[in-house]
Amino acid sequence: MILTAFEWQTLLLSLKIAGAAILFSLPIGILTAWILARCHFWGKSIFDSIVHLPLVLPPVVLGYLLLLTMGRRGLFGAWLYQHLGISFSFNWRGAALASAVVAFPLMVRSIRLSIESIDTRLENVARTLGANKWRVFLTITLPLAFPGILMGVVLGFARCLGEFGATITFVSNIQGETRTLPLAMYTLLQTPDGEHAAMRLCIISIILSLIALFSSEMLNRLHKKKLAG
Amino acid sequence: MLHIDIKKKFPSFSFTFCQDIACQGVTAILGVSGSGKSTLINLINGLLQPDSGKIILNDTVLVDSEKAIFVPPEKRHIGTVFQDALLFPHYKVIKNLNYGLNNKMDQCIKSKLSHKPSSRFTEIVDVLNIGHLLNRYPAMLSGGEKQRVAIGRALLANPSLLLMDEPLSALDMPRKKELLSYIDKLTHDLAMPIIYVTHNINEVRRIADEVAIIDHGQLYDYGATEQILQSAYLQEWL
Repeated sequence: MILTAFEWQTLLLSLKIAGAAILFSLPIGILTAWILARCHFWGKSIFDSIVHLPLVLPPVVLGYLLLLTMGRRGLFGAWLYQHLGISFSFNWRGAALASAVVAFPLMVRSIRLSIESIDTRLENVARTLGANKWRVFLTITLPLAFPGILMGVVLGFARCLGEFGATITFVSNIQGETRTLPLAMYTLLQTPDGEHAAMRLCIISIILSLIALFSSEMLNRLHKKKLAG
Repeated sequence: MLHIDIKKKFPSFSFTFCQDIACQGVTAILGVSGSGKSTLINLINGLLQPDSGKIILNDTVLVDSEKAIFVPPEKRHIGTVFQDALLFPHYKVIKNLNYGLNNKMDQCIKSKLSHKPSSRFTEIVDVLNIGHLLNRYPAMLSGGEKQRVAIGRALLANPSLLLMDEPLSALDMPRKKELLSYIDKLTHDLAMPIIYVTHNINEVRRIADEVAIIDHGQLYDYGATEQILQSAYLQEWL
């Protein structure tokens, strides 16, 4: 199957948006997962609920909330545009932000479960060996949580590739700028005789997701093999 | 000298310990399961914070509740070997051994600049006979080997006191005998003071110079091994 110029453009744009969304949200996701797994504080349940909110909210609502807060005239968006010249409106950065918000809870959930499964005694041993909390996190918690982080990245990446509602509400459906695979499929399905092209995009989406899942499984196996000696 | 005078309350258990322990040779902490032996170890190494009291090790105040002093575990220079070896599964033995060393920047830089292991590393690896295990992952080691590596890792962090929390209880009899001889070597060859928690009188008889008996979260008796082994309390055990 040789891809057309339009398909290449859509595919590369989707990968760019999903990649940027995961790259920028991963450090925050790991930190959030660590806080939820290891810290005890007043209001933790509320914090947990807020983190997971994008999982249950309709994506259109998320898109609308992003428009209100991060749009060029939004609560934070206006400040970002005036002071730093950064705009999320109707461009691929906005699409990446929408994808990141939608994928965030999935990523956090997977990483959190992985951190919770780490024997805290290993972290305690590291502290008795002179490592401060930061070093314990970097040298013990983070490497041992690797399978969960990997799974979180793959799940998040797949969710970003499939993101539709929040993106179309927040940054619209602009060819070459915000028209990712699902948006392109939607556009084709609204066009007479576009079904064949939509099917090709559907196949591309399936192949892409399978590659992501397969790579994650292979990396996970390699990690387990290494630990088993 | 280790001065301990602490109190710690749990929902269903309260722990009190007040005693000066000579930091020489092996001091055994003896008691039945649930008596508070591991609580004492975790209070000394800083993984637990007492409700009140003081812990002073060789003139260094580790805990003083009145002055709000609580030195965190990483700054106490107290090594701990736990019941399970708890080796870091993602590091090879050599990296496990050097973990504590790498937390001390000056020693780490010196060792890396010279491109050869420090004499202390070689000495400890020799004493514990773990040189042939250096390039293996923990999953490839037997129980006794794991525990020897755990001891080496704790020693290489250069502690002024080594705590051992029932280090032999997960091992079979031949491995126990083997490891006891290594612990003997530590006190004689490396002059490392050890506080050794156990509920096994034979281990106490074999390696301890002094014994503290803990019962129901309180110090019951403390003294030289021979004297304690003759006490009426232990005669009931025997």
